[in-house]
Amino acid sequence: MSVTPVESLSAALSRLDVPCERTTPDEFAATVTAHVTDPAVGVPLDGLDVSLSETPVAVDPTPAALEAARTGVTPSSFAIADYGSVVLPSTDSGLELVSLFTDRHVVVVEEADVVPDMDTAFERFGEAFRADAGSAIIATGPSATADMGALVRGAHGPSEVHVLILEDDDD
Amino acid sequence: MTKADRLRAVMAAEGDAVRENTQGFNEGRYQSVERLEDYEELKTTARAIKEDAIERLPELIEELRDSIEARGGTVYIADDPEEANEYVKEVVADRGAERVVKSKSMTSEEIEVNEALESAGVDVLETDLGEWVLQVADEAPSHIVAPAIHKSRADIARLFNERFDPDEPLETAEELTAFAREYLGERIRQAEVGMTGANFITADTGTMALVTSEGNARKTVAATDTQIAVSGVEKVVPSVEDLQPFVELIGRSGTGQDITSYISLFTPPVGTPTVDFDDDVTPLSAFDDDRDFHLVLIDNGRMAMRQDDDLRETLYCIRCSACSNSCANFQQVGGHAFGGETYSGGIATGWEAGVEGLDTAAEFNDLCTGCSRCVEACPVGIDIPWINTVVRDRINHSGEADGFDFLVDGLSPDEETGAPPLQKRFFGNFETVAKIGSALAPASNWLAARTVSRRLLERLLGIERRRALPAFQRETFTDWFEARSTTVEDPRRRVVLYPDLYTNHVHVERGKAAVRVLEALDVDVVLASAPSSGRAPLSQGMIATARDHAERVAAALEGPIADGRDVVVVEPSDHALFEREYEQLLDETAHERLASNSFEILEYVFGLLENGAPTDALVQGEGQKIAYHSHCQQRTLGLEAHTVAVLETLGYDVVTSDVECCGMAGSFGYKTDYYDVSMAVGEELRTQLTDTDTRDRTVVASGTSCLDQLDDLLERPTSHPIQLLDPS
Repeated sequence: MSVTPVESLSAALSRLDVPCERTTPDEFAATVTAHVTDPAVGVPLDGLDVSLSETPVAVDPTPAALEAARTGVTPSSFAIADYGSVVLPSTDSGLELVSLFTDRHVVVVEEADVVPDMDTAFERFGEAFRADAGSAIIATGPSATADMGALVRGAHGPSEVHVLILEDDDD
Repeated sequence: MTKADRLRAVMAAEGDAVRENTQGFNEGRYQSVERLEDYEELKTTARAIKEDAIERLPELIEELRDSIEARGGTVYIADDPEEANEYVKEVVADRGAERVVKSKSMTSEEIEVNEALESAGVDVLETDLGEWVLQVADEAPSHIVAPAIHKSRADIARLFNERFDPDEPLETAEELTAFAREYLGERIRQAEVGMTGANFITADTGTMALVTSEGNARKTVAATDTQIAVSGVEKVVPSVEDLQPFVELIGRSGTGQDITSYISLFTPPVGTPTVDFDDDVTPLSAFDDDRDFHLVLIDNGRMAMRQDDDLRETLYCIRCSACSNSCANFQQVGGHAFGGETYSGGIATGWEAGVEGLDTAAEFNDLCTGCSRCVEACPVGIDIPWINTVVRDRINHSGEADGFDFLVDGLSPDEETGAPPLQKRFFGNFETVAKIGSALAPASNWLAARTVSRRLLERLLGIERRRALPAFQRETFTDWFEARSTTVEDPRRRVVLYPDLYTNHVHVERGKAAVRVLEALDVDVVLASAPSSGRAPLSQGMIATARDHAERVAAALEGPIADGRDVVVVEPSDHALFEREYEQLLDETAHERLASNSFEILEYVFGLLENGAPTDALVQGEGQKIAYHSHCQQRTLGLEAHTVAVLETLGYDVVTSDVECCGMAGSFGYKTDYYDVSMAVGEELRTQLTDTDTRDRTVVASGTSCLDQLDDLLERPTSHPIQLLDPS
């Protein structure tokens, strides 16, 4: 019996101690609300059939509001199942800032956008970067350092990452 | 301060922290690569990408320049650090910047850009926490990936509490990290210029890959509007897809992480808005994303390395630190001793020789003993021991003749032009020493053991007087063999046994055991009439002498091989030489002929038993408890398993050591300079062989050096595993 990419992603995230929850478009707002700590900010969920409008998340915040926020909610380009990684594009909406300058990053990935492995991921990057000169971060678990004598989660970036897998409508 | 004193001081101050961390990384590497199904395939692919990229480097640099300039970025190629720093200073001045924040970059340390900017009045701040600790402490990195590896948590707490005098003294790693995050975060947000390195840059799109865990590289780029990336020219790879094997290998090979938290793939200029962090009116999306980007590609000797057949491989290095972590000596001394101006660990010899010069490489190059454990750890398969050997050879020939050379000249029928140091010539010509030693034994051994003689050896040749010298046997292995006559009727196989120098003159009993075991398994044995292998001169960097040995050995064995005999070798370092290093010393046909027909003795016995030779012809284990220490070079060839399998097949109960090397490594442990490092490495092995599970076990080891070291470490007798099986 073969393991689906989503199952493999969940397993990898569990090994990384990263909370992961599957949700549907109907339950989406409630799921997001349960995963954020206030104050929360976010960027528009471009390309997804859901939005943050029914949640406590302030979309497109000012830099000062970003500084004050505890949680940042963003979409992702796709996820890489083998490694438990999410791919964060650099966008003019400031996705990089919202995912990086908050202590908890809640990231939404569509079920159909979970690729199995690094090979597939880099095929996507190659095509996309040559087409539109994009940038992206392959983010795996929280920011971490061992430079202070022991492993600490939350160095310069978030100390917590939560992954929400958005199922297709017809499921 | 003598070299020995310096090494002792470094080990006392930093040894514990360095050892704990590097051994943790090394263990993590083994576990992490084990989880990869296609580890070897990924390494092969990674290697091929680097070979191709360095071969095509000039055209790839032009393609990269086009990719970046097409989108408004700038590419500046600096011949040397001065040019690079001048350019960086201009960019910073043009931006009117007061502060430059940096993410970790070894190349920026190579060109000493911090000092250049500071002298121009610019505030430079390292944001990688380890690098920042060192900036505060005004110290140099001791490891290329984890730069502050030599400092404990308590050291860092003391440093921060003294320097920053916080309201509450900092103590835990969490408190130290939180303090650093806040201190640095505030300054990153105010900085105008962000400087990064680059682990890889793709020619097709100009995308930089940065491998990090803290998030400081992301912030360094996102929070500033001018990015300067400083990188060696060798970091260019053809395409985005080429990054994939490196992304999968680099964290695993280095610190044993399957992947680090962040792999940043920045295609400049990055689309993130440049914001004023104090603005509480304007939404993020309303800021523009005007960003300046400058790639400073540094040559600084690299294009010359590319033309150098022996140093070229250095350019394949992805700076993962596997060669540091897997190195038994590095684990004890760290990069402050095993390193040059910028780089540390085994590959540093290549970097420092190419970038700084032979003088810098000469200071630490002898800490590489050629054990070869780094070769299998290296994700791009660089022959790091060979680079160390070549550089040692060049250093030998760059020096002045020693005043005492006349003393060694008679002992030194070597092929060296120029002037290798006296000590290197002595060890390099060990064959002559051993012949005289045997001829004069036991008098030679008594003489060598006398205090006066030991003082003389120490003063003239730097041979540590605390180290027991090998005891030469009057009757050599060859003498013994020639005096006997046996015939094997209807032999299963026919062997030419290579009487290596150590088996022939010192560890004679293992040679006799090998003959008796082979004959008991119906193998016809003759001894090769061949000179010593050249291992001794090669380890001293005397390549011409080693090549002369290799050619004569190959010629001597050509006949027996053509006659259908298999070459069997007792000494694993000589067998490894035939397999690995002779590739560099012989023409391809001669090497291939010898390598494909040569076997380590227990590898050969394994093959015989697998093919139906009678196990009951050998001494059965009957549950005898054995502790086996394989040999470093034997393990690199994947041949530890054969010895273990033979012993287990015969009913021995075997546990194995898992240290990378015994620490003796030929002449290394005899040298006054390195005796203490050698014993510190050996201490790990001693601990493993004297714990509750192993202290009552019979100790066997394959290598001469390992046996010599174990004799100094343990009170129990030791022997070669072939001696356990000896039916006589």
